[in-house]
Amino acid sequence: MHIAEGYLPPVHAAAWGVASAPFVVHGVRALTREVRSNPESTLLLGASGAFTFVLSALKIPSVTGSCSHPTGTGLGAILFRPPVMAVLGTITLLFQALLLAHGGLTTLGANVFSMAVVGPWAGYGTYWLLRRSSVPLMVSVFFGAFVADLSTYCVTSVQLALAFPDPGSGVLGALAKFGGIFAVTQLPLAVSEGLLTVLVMRLLTQSSKGELTRLGILLPGARKPGTETKTAGASA
Amino acid sequence: MSRNAKINTLLLLVVAALAVLPLLLGLGDHKEEPFTGADAEAETAITEIDPDYEPWFSPLYEPPSGEVESALFSLQAAIGAGVLAYYFGLRRGRRQGEERALAAATAPVTTDAAKVTRAATGDE
Repeated sequence: MHIAEGYLPPVHAAAWGVASAPFVVHGVRALTREVRSNPESTLLLGASGAFTFVLSALKIPSVTGSCSHPTGTGLGAILFRPPVMAVLGTITLLFQALLLAHGGLTTLGANVFSMAVVGPWAGYGTYWLLRRSSVPLMVSVFFGAFVADLSTYCVTSVQLALAFPDPGSGVLGALAKFGGIFAVTQLPLAVSEGLLTVLVMRLLTQSSKGELTRLGILLPGARKPGTETKTAGASA
Repeated sequence: MSRNAKINTLLLLVVAALAVLPLLLGLGDHKEEPFTGADAEAETAITEIDPDYEPWFSPLYEPPSGEVESALFSLQAAIGAGVLAYYFGLRRGRRQGEERALAAATAPVTTDAAKVTRAATGDE
């Protein structure tokens, strides 16, 4: 989903930058508030950012015969809400733009909009709706991460189609072309990302029950006494 | 292996299968250069749609070779994996510590008075 440096016309690049900026500024505020009011959440925040770092560095072969990478933004969006992810995603994109020549500074706004704004919001929205409909936690997490991943690549396709409409078939023709490159390639990867996010969430429910309860992922009072009686029973 | 560990392993296996199957089935064979990045393919598509388009800005720093680039990508993944491993390791250690302290505090209470408890926790 990284639109390469200089590959968006200046007007488009500027417009996406303007569109993304308020989300990132709002995200920085949300992040500072979270860290101030819950200093112990810093660790899990770091882990969420790290998850994005790992996943967006892994280029995985796909059914279309090309490679692409997951985004890893669904996990953080579900845990800490999308605004926080706008910041963590932007940090990842900056790292890649500055050190790897992957993406770019002129296209940062567009890439932030797809990966750090729309992806997290779409993923979180999906997760929230499913949870509201009493869908089990891990199923909701899977689809949340799946949608966060796939929607990011759909937005990239739209961004490129708007900037480079096909001379014959217009924006829609170009959308089909870019969608074929990005969205179809991304389908199995989005499944992988969903499964990996479920895996990490499972590990978190085993290791960080208190934290997940505070964040509203797990219901309060569900399990904690169980572990205590178990250890007491084992040692008695 | 516990049921939890089995499910986690299964999840990893499915992810690995999803990545390896396209290679095994030769799904890239119809291409001149199989399994290139989708980002690069998009650049090609742009030049197909608008052959006159010239990128108007170039990266400030570009890795001088594919090797250096892959090293930097690995660095990115390694940093992320390191932080994740630190997080889960720390959580596990803390949980074990808490459980041990709890066991030390509760076990003697069932047998005898608070004096023993103090001695036991002091021991830990």
